[in-house]
Amino acid sequence: MTRYDSILDTIGNTPLVDISQLSPMPGVKIFAKLEGQNPGGSSKDRIALKMVQLAEQAEELRAGDTILEPSSGNTGIGLALVAKLRGYKLRIILPENVSVERRQLLEIFGAEVTLSPGEEGSNGAIRMAETIAAQDSSYRFLFQYGNPANPLAHYEGTGPEILKDCPEIDVFCAGLGTSGTLMGVGRYLKEHKPEVKIVAVEPPAGELVQGLRNLDDGFIPPIFDGDVLDGKTVARPRESIEGTRRLLNECGIFAGVSSGAAVYGATRYIARTMTEGTVVVLLPDGGWKYLSSGAWTDDLDTVVELATRINYW
Amino acid sequence: MLTDLVGVIGCVFAPAVKRGNPVAVDVKIPTVLRAQADGQASVSVDGETVGQVFDSLIAKFPGIKPNLIGDDGGMHKFVNVYVNDDDIRYLEKLETKLEAGDTVTILPAVAGGAI
Ligand SMILES: Cc1ncc(COP(=O)(O)O)c(C=O)c1O
Repeated sequence: MTRYDSILDTIGNTPLVDISQLSPMPGVKIFAKLEGQNPGGSSKDRIALKMVQLAEQAEELRAGDTILEPSSGNTGIGLALVAKLRGYKLRIILPENVSVERRQLLEIFGAEVTLSPGEEGSNGAIRMAETIAAQDSSYRFLFQYGNPANPLAHYEGTGPEILKDCPEIDVFCAGLGTSGTLMGVGRYLKEHKPEVKIVAVEPPAGELVQGLRNLDDGFIPPIFDGDVLDGKTVARPRESIEGTRRLLNECGIFAGVSSGAAVYGATRYIARTMTEGTVVVLLPDGGWKYLSSGAWTDDLDTVVELATRINYW
Repeated sequence: MLTDLVGVIGCVFAPAVKRGNPVAVDVKIPTVLRAQADGQASVSVDGETVGQVFDSLIAKFPGIKPNLIGDDGGMHKFVNVYVNDDDIRYLEKLETKLEAGDTVTILPAVAGGAI
């Protein structure tokens, strides 16, 4: 279908592209799911729409309400798109050290942006949003980390799309933030093809959050269930940026830095455990919002150093 | 003690029967735990498994124990441990075998990613 009633109807059904040239094993194929092709530019359009739809059905959201959400970018942008068309106001709590493009995008879509301390990372944004929501009950706090609509969007959308386009899938690999992608796709795939392995790739966030005073400041998303996973790899800035550059240079795919991390995680998993088979890697967004980070243009050491200070995912 | 760590991780730890040479591995200490490790970012300790490495680490820096082990005697809820970048919960947990030159990384669990 190529004709739509609304931009929201173009969310999902993203393409799957062969990137087997990046495989370390000749017998293992890799396919990339390009979530950057969503209208708001990331996989988070899916969960923004689903969280709003379910809140509307539960009558927790009424025209004119203000939605509140901590987001370092993509969920905020997805929500800004949905909120604009459905008649809601939006306030986003954004860590101050994210790339400038994200803030600009949120503002042109009409979201009110409140900055949280950069050194506290996403933890700090979550805390600030919780405080605001507790003080003012007129806000509608969707809380992607704990909202079942987040994994559900991937269980009903992303997962079935992957299995339909790639029935031969053996391994699914994606980045871990809220864990919504991995939980939703992982559960769907395991229900329909139990032998599929689910592999998570995460940023070394615990090292980058400077404001972490003790371990009890730690955070595990309420929607996370470790039993869905079969492997988890940490991808540091250097490997993530190298992966991002390989996607561009060897596959012509202009994707964000966490996509490079996911590709790194997939190649590591393949090299460690596979000689043949098929891996699907999810690339959450395109490269646009990261141009100012120098990820493709600067000397690798310079970008890596910068990535220890700004949120590059 | 190692047995303290076994509960939450959910594996039965069998003391290594192999009597090879002790393996020296590099352990990366996160910023938040460095105060309990003489300020060091990286220490070299012996152990053939991650569990043994933890024992050596606790013997060297007793103050680090409450940060590795939770109130219930299991591994601290907000600690992730990686061998060469792979999370040990999905390898052999505390029994994950180590080879000379491996890196064990300890990281606190926090919210991450571009959410
Ligand atoms: C760029 C990027 N990478 C990784 C993730 C992690 O996805 P999830 O929150 O579903 O775990 C996100 C989430 O938006 C993202 O935007």
